[in-house]
This record gives sequence, structure tokens and C-alpha cells, in this order.
Amino acid sequence: MMRTIIECRNIRKTYRTGNEDTVVLKGISFLINEGEFVAIMGPSGSGKSTLMHILGALDTPTGGEYFLDGRNIATFTDDELADIRREKIGFVFQAFNLLPRATVLRNVSLPLVYAGVEKEKREKIAEAALDDSAFPKAFWRHHSNQLSGGMMQRVAIARALVNDPALILADEPTGNLDSKTGEMVLHTFQSLNASRGKTVVLITHEPYVAEHAGRIIHILDGTIVSDKKNDARRIARKTDDEAHETH
Amino acid sequence: MKPIDLFEETYGAVIVNKVRSGLTMLGIVIGIASVIAMVAIGQGAQGSIQSSIQSIGSNLIIIMPGASRSIGSTVSAGRGSAETLTPDDAAAIAALPNVAAVAQEVSGRYQVLSNGQNTNTTILGTTSAYPAVRNVQVDQGNFITDADVAVSNRVAVIGPTVLQDLFGSTTATATPAMALDATIRIKGVDFKVVGVTLSKGGSGFNNQDDMIYVPLSAAQHYLLGTSAYLTEVDVEASSEGAMAGVQAAITNLLLSRHNISDPTQADFNVLNQADIVAAASSVTNTFTMLLASIAGISLLVGGIGIMNMMLTTVTERTREIGLRKAIGAKKKDITLQFLSEAVMLTFTGGAAGIVLGWLAAFLVTYFSGTATSVSLGSVILAFGVSAAIGIIFGYYPARRAAGLSPIEALRYE
Ligand SMILES: Nc1ncnc2c1ncn2[C@@H]1O[C@H](COP(=O)(O)OP(=O)(O)O)[C@@H](O)[C@H]1O
Ligand SMILES: [Mg+2]
Repeated sequence: MMRTIIECRNIRKTYRTGNEDTVVLKGISFLINEGEFVAIMGPSGSGKSTLMHILGALDTPTGGEYFLDGRNIATFTDDELADIRREKIGFVFQAFNLLPRATVLRNVSLPLVYAGVEKEKREKIAEAALDDSAFPKAFWRHHSNQLSGGMMQRVAIARALVNDPALILADEPTGNLDSKTGEMVLHTFQSLNASRGKTVVLITHEPYVAEHAGRIIHILDGTIVSDKKNDARRIARKTDDEAHETH
Repeated sequence: MKPIDLFEETYGAVIVNKVRSGLTMLGIVIGIASVIAMVAIGQGAQGSIQSSIQSIGSNLIIIMPGASRSIGSTVSAGRGSAETLTPDDAAAIAALPNVAAVAQEVSGRYQVLSNGQNTNTTILGTTSAYPAVRNVQVDQGNFITDADVAVSNRVAVIGPTVLQDLFGSTTATATPAMALDATIRIKGVDFKVVGVTLSKGGSGFNNQDDMIYVPLSAAQHYLLGTSAYLTEVDVEASSEGAMAGVQAAITNLLLSRHNISDPTQADFNVLNQADIVAAASSVTNTFTMLLASIAGISLLVGGIGIMNMMLTTVTERTREIGLRKAIGAKKKDITLQFLSEAVMLTFTGGAAGIVLGWLAAFLVTYFSGTATSVSLGSVILAFGVSAAIGIIFGYYPARRAAGLSPIEALRYE
């Protein structure tokens, strides 16, 4: 039996804007085991990002309980949550969120800076992570604002990998990319999941992207409408000159 | 986060906005520079006043006539205004133990003529002990002798300023040789110049360069028309340790000679150099404090500039802060990052300010001749103050950055 890494028990999230309460998540419950590749799919505004922030210990639910690796997130201080994020989770955002004036290597090794790893060791690990995300060596010392969108996202993926996290959370990682580079990114996630055993949670509003996961959780207006194993899983190709295929 | 990484982050952030960092730093540079320069000018003034007081003589005790008043007012108004000190008093003082020498003085300002030129200066009637007691040296010729005093010889020893005024011209510098044996006319009486004193520099107070010395008795007979009273008695104690004892002995002696039982009613003042130095120091200290606090205000304005820039920086970098928190930065890491940015700005500004202030002090000395003194203490203080300003004015923006929730920060557009 696989170990449970994520456990949501009736999670609710309410935002208060002015005098009005907006209920964004209305009781979400599911389990994710180690090694799964799960897509959370839903239209814009359905609460996907809100859910991802909770899963990533960036935010706390206003109702229900969230267990990450068996630990109730509500019991930790902000600084302890920072430690948990650094050790367990790699984030990939739609907007990449790189430091624009820092080099690629510096961006990738930033989580290790906060882990207190020494510079030499840090750069070795960062270089390995850049290789894993298929980032070309020639650009390692470039500033990140000199890169194309696809390259930036690969830097962001490498950054998510440097701490060797068990869980990768990606919020619309292909949203700002063309279909070819999107394919590359999806391929990277699939191979990290298949050969490195990383648990991947991929958030998207595109059914096509979600179909690359092994399981699809469909949310609508803050509730889960379906949670199914994906039998027609798409496999992304590494080379960007060939079309994708299904099996 | 290791200190070296903190430094790298900080340096990177400061260098990215060169112009803005530079302009913000300028506030601190100007603030620190003016503190350094102002304190240097103040301390320089204090130093030169003290050294000119020291040059009056060593182990010197000055007795002046006049009712007991504060030191400041006695120095300016009491002199010669009361008639209570007599040559007999001076003779009695000379007999006290631990008294090395006693010089008697009478003085007045008169018009002096010679060589077709004239000047108005202080004429000091004194005795042969004067050069030793008051630290005056004769350049050429000799000083007034006991014999001159005994027979009221009409001889004069002139200071270098008087020499130039009477024997020089706008184009030529007078030499002592031109004055020796010449006759000068003071208040209509001819005196023969027998000596010229060496320049002591200095100005204000009593400028010993701008003076004519004549025998005490000659001054009394020919100039003042009175022989009874002295305007000042200068006493040299045998050692610095004996000063307090001699001062007390003089006070007691004069009280009993003048038949005064209540010391607060004394008709004379006994001052020592330490009193004069202390009085002058308190004036220059106030002056230094005033200058330093004006400079301090500009430093405060510089600090507010730092805070303003840091608040702007935090707002601009909200997304970056959110990202750093998402990937594992703790509150402390973020606080330190922004705090050290502020401190780097103020510290660099402080270092530049010290150099600039030093330069300003140097230029003041170079062009105006006013003595200035940049002390190690004020440099260390300036470094300390600039770091403190960084911490004080950087703390609030840094805490604000650290307090941002990662979600709010990541969402920020
Ligand atoms: N901080 C917030 N304050 C108020 N409303 C919010 C906040 N964050 C998200 N929302 C609202 O919650 C809803 C879901 O947002 P989000 O989770 O970003 O959806 P999705 O990622 O699926 O597009 C939206 O209607 C959004 O306006
Ligand atoms: Mg979203």
C-alpha cells in the first residue's frame, strides 16, 4: 500500500471582502498517495489556486483539516511552515516568478540559500536540477529576464527540484507557454513522476493538459464534481518536432 | 541563510538601483559629512583656544582687582576698574612659600608715535619677572631690568605687531634691528626701544604681540600719573601640584591685608589657568554642540530618506518577497535582508560622509586658517550613528516585508 502524502478533510475557504463573505472552497475532501500524478481541473475562478495554496502550506483553510505527510498544517507557526515548504514541496507557478536580475543558477539555487547550503555544493545541485529539467547549459549564467517563456518555466521547474521535494505543485504551468514548450514541460513532469517517483499535482483549466495525469479531480465552484482515474492518459513527447500521442 | 549569502543578496539589490541607492545615500553622506566637519571645527576652535591659554604661561595664577563676579565678566570688565591691588600686596605674595616669581602689571591704551607713523595699543608697565611668568621671549635686545624699574628708565620693549605697525609699511616687513635704539613717543613722552619680543601667534584675549612693555615705575610716573595701584599681579607657582595651595594662600593673605573677613566680599579675584580653560571650554563646547545638532538634523532627514526608499522597495518587490517565502524563507531571513540593505546604504553613505567631512574640514583650515581637528572619536561615532540610522529607519520597512503573507505577496500585481 502506498503512503498518503496529502489528506484533505472537508476543506473550506472563505474570503472576506468588505462586509461580504465569499466562500471559495466548499468542503473539499480527497487523499493523494506518494507517487501519484494528479491533475486538478476546473474553469477559471473555481478555486484551484486557492486549493493549491492550501496544499502547498502557503495558506491555511478556514474550515476542515489538511494533513501533509500525516501532519496537521494548522498546528504549525509561519516559520515552521516555511521549513516544511522548503523540505517537502517544489512550486511551479504560471507566472514563473523568477528573480529577474539574478542569473539562472542563482534562481535555481535560491531555495538552497535558505536551507543554508554552501555556494559550491548549491551550484552543483542546481546544475543537476537544470539538467533534469532539460535546460541548456549555455544559458546557466544568463540573467533570467533574458530568457524565453519556455526557458523560464524550465528554470522554475529546476528550482522546484533542487530541494529534492517529495511533492511538486504546479499551478497552470503551461498557461503562459505555446503548445510545443507546454509539451516539453508536461514531459518533464511525467518523467519526474515515472522515473524519480515524485508526487505531482498539476493544476489546469485545460482538459487536454489534465489528460497527461493519472488521475483527474474536477472541481467546479469550490466543490469536487468528479475524482477519477484517467484511463486514456496522454504521454508527452520529449522532442518538440513530434506530435503527442495517446495510448 | 549564511552571512555571505545575505551580503550577496544585499549587494545585488543595492547595486541594481544605482541611481536611487546613490541619491538616498546622499542624504546620509551630507548628514555625516556635516557632523564630522562641524565637530572638527568646534574641536579645532576649542583646541586653539586652549593652547593659546596654555601659552599665557605655566603654573600661572592671575590676581585682578574688582568685586567678586563670574569669571567671564571679570576678565572683560573687572580689569583695572577697581583700585585694590598695590605693589605692597605683590611684594607680600612674593614672600609666600612655593611662589617662584611675581610680575606686577599696570596697563592702559595710548596712541604711540614713531618714525612718522602711529598706532593705538596696550602699554603694559611691568617688572623684570614678566617674561618668565607670562612665557614671553625677547627676540632681539633685552627685556626691562630691575634697574630700569628702580630708576623709572624710559625704555620700551615692543611686540612684533607694534614693530610692524610703527616701523614697517604695507610693502615692507619691519625687522627688529630697525626698531632697536629708536625713540617712540607714548602719550607725549619719549621712550627708547631696547628690545623686541618674539611672536606668540594668537589673537583676541590679550594679544601679547600687540603690546609695548615699559618699566612699571615709568608707566606709573609718566603715563598713569598714579603709583598706588596695579591692574594685575601674575604669580608663577613652583609646580603644578602647588597651584591649589598657593592660590589659597594668596586669597587668605589678601583677605587679611585688605581687612576683609567675609570671603564672598573679596575686592580681588584669584584665577588660575585651569579656571580660564574651563570657562573657555564651556563656551566652545556649547558652540560644538550647537553645530553638531544642526548637522544631526540633516542626518535625521537622511534617515527618513532611507526609510522612504526602503518602503518603496518593499512595495515594488512584494512578489519577490512572496516567492522567497514560498520557497522557504523565514520571517527572520526577510527581515535581515531588508535591514541589511538599509544598513549597507547608510554605512556606505557614512563612510563617504566621513571622507567628505574630513575634506571639508581640511579645506576650511586650508582657506581660512581656522584650526580644525577630526578626532578618531568622531569618526567612530559617525560609523556607529550611520549603522544605527540604517537599523532604526530600516526596521519598520523590513518588518513590513517580513510580515507579508506569501499568498498576498504572490497575488500582488
Ligand atoms: N485573497 C482573496 N480575496 C478575495 N477573493 C479571493 C482571494 N483569492 C481568491 N479569491 C476569489 O476566489 C475565487 C477563486 O480564485 P482562484 O482560487 O484563484 O481560482 P482559480 O485559480 O480556479 O482561477 C475567485 O473568485 C477569486 O476572486
Ligand atoms: Mg488560478
